[in-house]
Amino acid sequence: MTAPSAVGISRTTRPLAPPRRTRRGSRLRYTLTVLAFLLPSALPLLAFTIYPMIGAFWTSLHSWNLIGVMEWVGLENYTTLLTDDATRRVFANTLYYVVGYLPLVYIGGLALALALNSLIPARNLLRGIYFLPVVTSWIVVALVWRWLLNPSVGVVNAMLGGLGIDGPGWWTDPYWAMPSIILASAWKDLGFVMIILLAGLQAIPTDVQEAAMIDGAGRFRRLLNITLPLLSPSTFFVVVISLINGFQVFDQVYAMTGGGPAGSSTVVVQQIYDLTFRYSSAGEASALSWLLFLLVLAVTVIQLIGQRRWVTYA
Amino acid sequence: MPERIRRILLTAVVALGALVMFFPFAWTVSTSLSPGVGLDATPQLIPDDPTLAAYRELFANTPFARVIANSLGLAITTTALQLTTSSLAGYAFSRLAFPGRGLVFGLYLATMMIPIQVLIVPLFVQMRSLGLVDTYLGVLLPGVASAFGVFLLRQAMNSVPRELDEAATIDGAGHFRIFARLVLPLVGPALASLAVFAFMSSWNGFLWPLIILRSEHLQTLPLALAGLQGQYTTQWDVMMAGSVVSVLPMLALYLFAQKYVIQGVAGTGLK
Repeated sequence: MTAPSAVGISRTTRPLAPPRRTRRGSRLRYTLTVLAFLLPSALPLLAFTIYPMIGAFWTSLHSWNLIGVMEWVGLENYTTLLTDDATRRVFANTLYYVVGYLPLVYIGGLALALALNSLIPARNLLRGIYFLPVVTSWIVVALVWRWLLNPSVGVVNAMLGGLGIDGPGWWTDPYWAMPSIILASAWKDLGFVMIILLAGLQAIPTDVQEAAMIDGAGRFRRLLNITLPLLSPSTFFVVVISLINGFQVFDQVYAMTGGGPAGSSTVVVQQIYDLTFRYSSAGEASALSWLLFLLVLAVTVIQLIGQRRWVTYA
Repeated sequence: MPERIRRILLTAVVALGALVMFFPFAWTVSTSLSPGVGLDATPQLIPDDPTLAAYRELFANTPFARVIANSLGLAITTTALQLTTSSLAGYAFSRLAFPGRGLVFGLYLATMMIPIQVLIVPLFVQMRSLGLVDTYLGVLLPGVASAFGVFLLRQAMNSVPRELDEAATIDGAGHFRIFARLVLPLVGPALASLAVFAFMSSWNGFLWPLIILRSEHLQTLPLALAGLQGQYTTQWDVMMAGSVVSVLPMLALYLFAQKYVIQGVAGTGLK
């Protein structure tokens, strides 16, 4: 690596420039200073993120049981996965989760943010309560919701029973397993979405709203034509983050249903885990990891391109 | 006045919603105090004769005390490491000129896109070849640096006026002194935000510890809690006691630093 040219740098960013003395010693010292600030984070990121990422791709081109010799198979793992019914099912289940979860958490979060942005008493206390589940671990949330949604002695079915409704089997029923997971996830993440949207709402200048009010625009029209367009950067952020996290859903599935009953709630990451540690197919697991990563990347890139059509930056 | 009625109605709805949101927590605590429930009947919200029997059972028959110590130690170490590595790199990206700075920063940001799930197989193999499977170090290493933390602190340091550094430079201070004495004390809120996030992600982390830890005495809280489900299939009082115990420290930290957590989350959405 060559040491930076002191002159070249001082031209662009003057206050940051290394000492002007061109003596070899001080230049070396400056380089060492930069490295001392950078390496404590750069080395771990290289070793434990970039390197394994490339390692995963290399593994995905092999057949390997984690112990024996790796055998080169080219793209066979990918073709096997892409023609496999199990793969189709785990992607379908993951998509089911995302499609159920995102509207629920966004509409709920938006309604809350709008309500808490107006002057109501005890705003901070209410905000704190809604945010509480966000800091709670997934395993606790999953355990608690298994208990709330217990088909025979759970409190939710007891309440439904009180209303004369025969509650479903929730996480023990193949049709209700995924809705149970979606419900618990929405409860946990509602506060997060609310805070992001609340920050976005508070950044909207009040004079725009006032001008529209003077022009006689009603509450609903102001929401539709002013608030929502001006809130679109925050909405965009919520959608991007929720989709990235949604496609990688695992903890709550593992703890609530373990992917069952009968595979009805098995998601992609669960399948990666099972392929690796239950079926010892590290090659296929790595290929599935890469397929998931490419899917998330594609979805994110599409959104970044698509945002020009609907995201308004004030 | 319709505006006032509207506001009262709105408050009522939001408060009711908060009750619904809070209910699972209340129900958890209540169940943990009602011994022997859950086999044949739904317990009451306010137990007739509350006892701490479930908590005694938890600490007597599971290694929960050790598990709490494990989680606490790992979370504190991870937090300290992330604060150190992130603030150093944040300073480099905010204050030091070097060739390829923009590119390197872009690479840091790109690693935020890579989820741990994609890395589990090679990371596990890597740890195995380093002999770090089933060790604290194996759990810690992937969390030493955080690209999110670097980003957060670089943004905060960029808002510290550069005139201050210039004055210090004229007084003969080097970069390490400017970093430690001048810039770091001025980015306190960002450090607090990162501290809470780092602590939270370590305290609540599940997938990686699940893969790397085997021995019972090394387990972290989420692992031990998931294990309770197998050990106490229908003893919901013990499982809920475990949940209460594992939520309390995080809850305490949250109440203490709520402002910074919410600011941190709100801030990421605006950038």
